[in-house]
Amino acid sequence: MNVQLAKTDLDWRHIGTIDDIKPQGARKVRWGDMTIAVFRTGADAIFALEDRCPHKNGPLSEGIVHDGCVTCPLHNWVIRLEDGTAQGADEGSTRSYPVRIDGRDIYISLG
Amino acid sequence: MSRQKLVIVGNGMAPGRMLDHLFDIDAGAYDVTIFNAEPRVNYDRIMLSPVLSGEKSFEDIVIHDDAWYAGHAITLHRGHKVARIDRDAKTVTSAGGITAAYDKLVIATGSDPFIIPVPGHQLPGVLAYRDLDDVERMKAAAAKGGRAVVIGGGLLGLEAAAGLKAQGMEVTVLHLMPTLLERQLDPAAGYLLQKELEGRGIDIRCKANTKQILGTDAVEGVELDDGTLIEASVVVMAVGIRPNVALAKEAGLSVERGIVTDAAMRTSDPDILSVGECVQVDGRVYGLVAPLYQMARVAAQTLTGTEAGFSHTETPTKLKVTGINLYSVGTFDDGPGYEDVVLRDAARGSYKRVILKDNHVIGAVLYGDVADGGWYNEMLKSGEDVSGFRDTLIFGQNHQGGGAIDPLAAVANLPDDAEICGCNGICKGQIVTAINDKGLTSLAEVRAHTKASASCGTCTNLVENLMALTLGDAVQSAPEGLCGCTHHTHGDVRRLIRAMELKSIPAVMQALEWTTPEGCAKCRPALNYYLVADWPGEYEDHQQSRFINERVHANIQKDGTYSVVPRMLGGLTTPDQLRAIADIADRYDIPTVKVTGGQRIDLLGVRKEDLIPVWKDLGDAGMISGAAYAKGLRTVKTCVGKDWCRFGTQDSMGLGIKLEKYLWGAWSPAKLKLAVTGCPRNCAEATCKDIGVICVDSGFQIVYGGAAGLHIQGTTELGTVKTEEEVIEVIGALTQYYRESGFYLERIYKWADRVGYDHIRSVVLDDLDERRALAERFAFSQTFAQIDPWAERVAGAEAHEFAPLAVIDAPEGASTKTVMEPAE
Ligand code: SRM
Ligand SMILES: Cc1cc2nc3c(=O)[nH]c(=O)nc-3n(C[C@H](O)[C@H](O)[C@H](O)COP(=O)(O)OP(=O)(O)OC[C@H]3O[C@@H](n4cnc5c(N)ncnc54)[C@H](O)[C@@H]3O)c2cc1C
Ligand code: SF4
Ligand code: FES
Repeated sequence: MNVQLAKTDLDWRHIGTIDDIKPQGARKVRWGDMTIAVFRTGADAIFALEDRCPHKNGPLSEGIVHDGCVTCPLHNWVIRLEDGTAQGADEGSTRSYPVRIDGRDIYISLG
Repeated sequence: MSRQKLVIVGNGMAPGRMLDHLFDIDAGAYDVTIFNAEPRVNYDRIMLSPVLSGEKSFEDIVIHDDAWYAGHAITLHRGHKVARIDRDAKTVTSAGGITAAYDKLVIATGSDPFIIPVPGHQLPGVLAYRDLDDVERMKAAAAKGGRAVVIGGGLLGLEAAAGLKAQGMEVTVLHLMPTLLERQLDPAAGYLLQKELEGRGIDIRCKANTKQILGTDAVEGVELDDGTLIEASVVVMAVGIRPNVALAKEAGLSVERGIVTDAAMRTSDPDILSVGECVQVDGRVYGLVAPLYQMARVAAQTLTGTEAGFSHTETPTKLKVTGINLYSVGTFDDGPGYEDVVLRDAARGSYKRVILKDNHVIGAVLYGDVADGGWYNEMLKSGEDVSGFRDTLIFGQNHQGGGAIDPLAAVANLPDDAEICGCNGICKGQIVTAINDKGLTSLAEVRAHTKASASCGTCTNLVENLMALTLGDAVQSAPEGLCGCTHHTHGDVRRLIRAMELKSIPAVMQALEWTTPEGCAKCRPALNYYLVADWPGEYEDHQQSRFINERVHANIQKDGTYSVVPRMLGGLTTPDQLRAIADIADRYDIPTVKVTGGQRIDLLGVRKEDLIPVWKDLGDAGMISGAAYAKGLRTVKTCVGKDWCRFGTQDSMGLGIKLEKYLWGAWSPAKLKLAVTGCPRNCAEATCKDIGVICVDSGFQIVYGGAAGLHIQGTTELGTVKTEEEVIEVIGALTQYYRESGFYLERIYKWADRVGYDHIRSVVLDDLDERRALAERFAFSQTFAQIDPWAERVAGAEAHEFAPLAVIDAPEGASTKTVMEPAE
């Protein structure tokens, strides 16, 4: 399904629908050389983060999603989906991208 | 100077606590002698219900173990009931003839359960519910099955009913009054409770008056006044308790309903004190531990010459049945000037009622959502005027000011003198001070130092939230616990999943009261494994609760690429397989090809998008996943054996292949590695594997519990069998027993160290019926598990894992065009 974007809203990119991502799951969006991880929580909230753990670049999209966070698959850092910050004693943060939901459609702003 | 002699009659919860305080104040003040009619150490009587339901063992509820008595040089006469007190001679004498002299005596004889003297009440099978012996009798009765009738729908009766149900009995509760727990709950909450219990299969009959208990040599049934007959193989009477005052009365002490004491816990004889349920102080007798613990503190002070006084406070009631939340405190009858504020939420099955008088809280009844119980109790105790926030009072503490529901914020808002642990009368400030001053970081430590949540345990969540608030992430989850999302241990969780027939992760989290909405990366994979192992064919694997390796059936590498390890059964390969692997490595530019420590080949550095084509090509060449990533069967290493080796005694390669074919695909608590070696020279290293087979002339020696990773440990012998068929059956049984009772991430050696090698041998080798049953359960489970995950994914399963959601033009590109991946 391909959604035509409103001309006035050039910033927002349609990337798919909520149903393309499993609850407590994630998918990758490729943007040139970069990868963005798009998460869906158990409560159907959608978040987008750069797919690189602040620790050693682990692919966050492959982690386990729980309570608004993702646990990195490489060394178990826990990253908050809302703003990409590492939780607990670990320090660091991953870039996060604004997300807009329209019905079931997901848009992210790469600004 | 010889020490004063302190003699205690009764070794229940009240005197046990009194001694803790006494030793804190002055460890050397007294030589202590205790007589206890029960033949055991001091234990947490209020936790008998979890022992009955099987959620805890007796060892879990011991308060003072043997070492404690030895450490304090206490003489404990177990199973010795005191028959006489001679106040002139200042001695007590037991029924067994032991006499002890005292300077100070403490009477702590507790209560006796009341047995209604209906015809038949003396029949075998009519039980009370008071001590461990009663629990053991109930469990023995439950083992035989049939129906239990519980007379009495109060706290004790309902806990007994839930416990007997959990033990697999049919259960009927007979209650004289129109609604359950009428002394603690109003009719609305009593009704919700009744519905909940009926929903769990417990038959509840209110307004039911027992006429007689039927039976000739043992209980056979119960007859009600209205003529109804109910069959029963056991009858539990839980209709009330009576202070146990006989001994004190005989000694001529002042006795009314209980043994009369002053506020310092002294009886009418100043050298004799009394604590516990046998006491009557200021006209009241008590049946909950909180006031008894206050008596205990006062008595310890009196014994060490400090002035102290007992004063009455309201104690909230809670029912300790897993999954049922109710809370009540204070008054809830109708009275002049009383006003009610009520909130019902039918969808969530919750009910809240706060009773006010002149804008002061005088009582609260909560069912379902009980989080605010403590807050209402605080207002009840402080006598705070609530007129300023009357309108929002019923919505609870979190809604004062419209904030979101956040358990930590709720705890943060409590004043320092807010009581957290009702049983032990421990306030927030005391816990926070102990955590900070003593550097406590685990729940076990907080319990040890403050006693908070160490009795009935219902405030555990509150204490944990308080720890989280005080310590942030320095909190350590209890070592035996699963993770910070629950206070249950792995053992509890496994048992309860089966006992309560929980069949999904949300069901487990709901029923076992997880403190987080979705669990975490520790508990979710564990729960997913337990459900896969316990409900083969019924439970649908929850992919989102598996680590990435098990989700994509390959091992993630440090750079985000994957390694792919196909199975090579028994470490054997063929020129065709090797050619196919070589071609695939070329075709997909796989940078590293390595022989693993597990006798097979690893393709390292495969890009995620290449996984499916790589698997397809491997599959076309006849290879399946080697599960090098799985908490499941990894490898069966072999040596060449008698086909080639001049020392080989059996076909070790052939047996290794058979075992690998039999075991692959099964999920287990942790990884499982085997080896079969053709003679005791052990070239396949069988003696450091999870399970090993050592071929000998006369048959096959099976060994297990080896480790050669982070920890090194040689295997232990399980036994020797004659045929390959027996090897396969025994290893199937052993694997299944491990699958059913192991804790997640617990390798076989740790499991065996925990449950015992002799026990395991008796189950999986010696008991032929049990061995066959386990092997059959394993074979059944394998019918669902032996599906090659690679082939499934090549055929399209879980496709979302392998393709990006979208590919967007390079950041430099000014275009807004979005390229969608083809639909799955
Ligand atoms: C590939 C291999 C090394 C090799 O190149 O030879 C290997 C590679 C890894 N091992 Fe191993 N182990 C390999 C044989 C072993 C062996 C030897 C054996 O199996 O005979 C051992 C000691 C025996 C044992 O398990 O007791 C071994 C003990 C471990 C341990 C320690 C386990 C323990 O409980 O003490 C870990 C860590 C863990 O599991 O938590 C581990 C973990 C790992 C991980 C999964 C580390 C990780 O989490 O990423 C490595 C994955 C690499 C990959 O992507 O393939 N590996 N590892 C071997 C694969 C065997 C196979 O064919 O499946
Ligand atoms: C199943 C169950 C669940 C409960 N749940 C809760 C709860 O959730 N919350 C709560 O606050 N309370 C609960 N209670 C009540 C609580 O257990 C009691 O209030 C408390 O244990 C009483 O303590 P005690 O020391 O006075 O007496 P007990 O603990 O009863 O101890 C008295 C001891 O004295 C011994 N004894 C008696 N006579 C003699 C004698 N002549 N010589 C020597 N020894 C003697 C008895 O054998 C007994 O071991 C529960 C009780 C039961 C049975
Ligand atoms: S020993 Fe195992 S876990 Fe350690 S680096 Fe080698 S392969 Fe990895
Ligand atoms: S790379 Fe994410 S935790 Fe190490």
